[in-house]
Amino acid sequence: MSVLVLLIFASLAMAATFLAAFIWAVRSGQYEDTQTPSLRVLVEEPTAPRSQFPSNKDTVIP
Amino acid sequence: MFALLHESGLGQFYVLAPAPGVRVGQTTAQGQWTFLDEATVQEKLLDYADEQRAKVTLHLPAIHCVACVWLLENLFRLRADIGESRVNFARREVSITFNRVQLKLSDLVALLASLGYEPELTYGELEPSRRKAPRGRQRQWLQLGVAGFGFGNIMLLALPGYLGLDSLSGPWFKPLAGGLGLVLALPVLVYSAADYWRAAWFGLQQRVLTLDVPIALGLMAIYGQSVFEVATGRGEGYCDSLTGLIFFLLCGRVFQQKTFDRLAFDRDYKGFFPLAVLRRSSSGEETVAISQLTVGDRLVIRHGELVPADARLLKGEARVDYSFVTGESEPVSRHAGELLFAGGRQTGGAIEVATVKPVSESYLTSLWNNEIFRKPRHEDLDSQTNHYSRRFTVAVMGVATAAAAFWMSVDASVALKAFTSVLIVACPCALALAAPLTLGTAQRWLARRHVFLRNAQVVERLAAVDTVVLDKTGTLTSPGAGQATWSGMALTEMEQDWLHSMAQHSAHPLALQIKATLRKASAEPLWSCVEKPGCGMEGRIGSREILLGSAAWVESRGARLDSETQPSPIADGEAAAAAGAAHTAAVRGSAVHVVIDGCHRGCFTLESPLRPEVDALLVRLRRDYELVLLSGDHARDAQRFQALLGGQSRVEFNQSPFDKLEVIRELQAAGRRVMMVGDGLNDAGALQQADVGVAVVEKVGTFSPASDVILDAAQLPRLSEVLDFSRRAARVVRAGFAVSGLYNLVGIAIAAAGLLSPLVCAVLMPLSSVTVVLFVIGATRWVAQRTCNEGGRRQAPAMEVMP
Repeated sequence: MSVLVLLIFASLAMAATFLAAFIWAVRSGQYEDTQTPSLRVLVEEPTAPRSQFPSNKDTVIP
Repeated sequence: MFALLHESGLGQFYVLAPAPGVRVGQTTAQGQWTFLDEATVQEKLLDYADEQRAKVTLHLPAIHCVACVWLLENLFRLRADIGESRVNFARREVSITFNRVQLKLSDLVALLASLGYEPELTYGELEPSRRKAPRGRQRQWLQLGVAGFGFGNIMLLALPGYLGLDSLSGPWFKPLAGGLGLVLALPVLVYSAADYWRAAWFGLQQRVLTLDVPIALGLMAIYGQSVFEVATGRGEGYCDSLTGLIFFLLCGRVFQQKTFDRLAFDRDYKGFFPLAVLRRSSSGEETVAISQLTVGDRLVIRHGELVPADARLLKGEARVDYSFVTGESEPVSRHAGELLFAGGRQTGGAIEVATVKPVSESYLTSLWNNEIFRKPRHEDLDSQTNHYSRRFTVAVMGVATAAAAFWMSVDASVALKAFTSVLIVACPCALALAAPLTLGTAQRWLARRHVFLRNAQVVERLAAVDTVVLDKTGTLTSPGAGQATWSGMALTEMEQDWLHSMAQHSAHPLALQIKATLRKASAEPLWSCVEKPGCGMEGRIGSREILLGSAAWVESRGARLDSETQPSPIADGEAAAAAGAAHTAAVRGSAVHVVIDGCHRGCFTLESPLRPEVDALLVRLRRDYELVLLSGDHARDAQRFQALLGGQSRVEFNQSPFDKLEVIRELQAAGRRVMMVGDGLNDAGALQQADVGVAVVEKVGTFSPASDVILDAAQLPRLSEVLDFSRRAARVVRAGFAVSGLYNLVGIAIAAAGLLSPLVCAVLMPLSSVTVVLFVIGATRWVAQRTCNEGGRRQAPAMEVMP
């Protein structure tokens, strides 16, 4: 029977991980704007090189 | 060419959209944006700034398609000193990071403007509150997530119990499942349901029994009972029902909270005023932010620009269009030395004015000092839902106490169980879901028809309306594009030709209307044409002399106005009916007279045309509602509108913004539920005071005063359908209450008898919720369809479904 207990806690731990992931997603603002990303994927990235100006990958601006 | 574009990577823009809709060619004046570089403006406008970089968020109303998003997010390819840019499509906003050493904010804005995305920079943009991102929604998602987590896991643990399998696992399973359920339910109860606790407490403090009170009571009873059962080893508790209940409630709330990010429902005059004006000083002309204007500044106002503060006219001929501000339909002429009120729009040439009052103290803005603007919009404590919940709470508490009292005398051990069972089963889950789901569905349906509600409760308030107050200028009539009506002797075709080519020489709005009325044929060139500002025009063709102008002026030129001329309308539409009234108006002088060779031939009167189908709308509204017309315009059109609204309706002209507010207040004091329909700043007070304020806008997203409903002007004829639909939606809510009431009756009967088993409870609760959800959504759809069909039968083109 201890296998059942193990499974219950394992599943709870997994669900908790998903909850944590969801909380992170909401906190990082992914639910703020649900419309623009759906438009963004319709366009392919152009092949030209990106500008040299530091983007948000190097410096995080609030 | 293709290779070149392809290499730069921007050719794709044209691949994306064959007609990308970017308006090019709108050259902006040099230095128009320089005020943006001032420290005080930047401090408020920039989201972030250090020595090197700055981030700014701008509202660009022109954003409308995929290509817009793509172009704006690839700005960095155009200029190396622009960093990342992110578009928020729903809010029509772009956030741009840029190198502020190499690129000035004014240059950035000029670049955007040259691409066709001129940012909306109004006085209100500098308000700190306007620039805050909404944080409430994050919390809502988190609460829903936690509730879903708790609900799902507890359900998994409870499932063996439903199927009777728990006995197979051994005696230790039940307490473990119960204990885990209690632990998992705790965050749901404390965090996810926090708003219900708070609302219930607030309601109790205000001595109002809102629906949140029985919900909070039920939650408490369920958790308390569960703790008791698990602690004493009697069962697993009801944590599955508890978390399920909270989860469904939060789903209903998310459904209801549809917001229209690109619409602002609470703008004041600051959103109407520009951010900057052209100031003339000893050192030349400069653009300054409005917040920095001082009394006595000399300003240059060009064609189409607003007078930002009460000011005295110094130079130039002012023709100020006050239609948005006071409701006067025709532009007003002012001469040097006279006072101009803030908010008027100059038409014609540039003028120079000197401000006499600060922006915040002018005549118009003083309306916002009224107390009505200081209190927040009415909290819906007396809504239909709360009305029912009050009775519900009283009844449930009554039954619970009675059951407990009964069992006390028969079998004391059952008394407590009966009491809590009633509270558990009667937990108004279904009741609480009926209203949000119905109203939310209704709100979405209306939004698809370009009727935007501030929140879902507005549907309930719309349903209660019994009096409709209408504004005239800009609401019933469409701004500009007037039809000139001719009254006088019939004109020959050749004469009409002459007048047409004369009117062509003037940019005067009246001349434009006259030109639009006359058919253009082969125009004989004029020999000469002179415009006398403020008076009229004088033209010569061959030996003929034609005068076109105001009564006073043509009289001063020796013509005798013949009041005996018989009306013979050449314009279509309502001309025939209005000709009589127009003729009397003509004598009073709000007309353009035509004199050919010293002989008075008649005059053009100009009236603002009704929006299409408005007359039919008024007839429909007249049947069910009391109508009132409040206009800031002259009483010139009084008879015409009295006829349109019906004999017994109240029609008031020359109403100041304060008068309108007072009339609404009077009606409300007489027990009326008032809907105000208006468009301009002069209606702002009335819109705020009314039970439902409806702002009519030409283009969704343009400026509108604070209101509950934003209505696309093209949908105005559907106003009666919107009201019908709201009343039916309110009926659906009541029916939903009845259905859930039925369930409660059965449940309470079982509970009061002390027979409640966990299984009955587990089945009854979700079943009632699901039935109510399906019922109200289905019923609302059906009602929408019916309203749609009725509208379609009445008007030939069926109501169009907008994407």
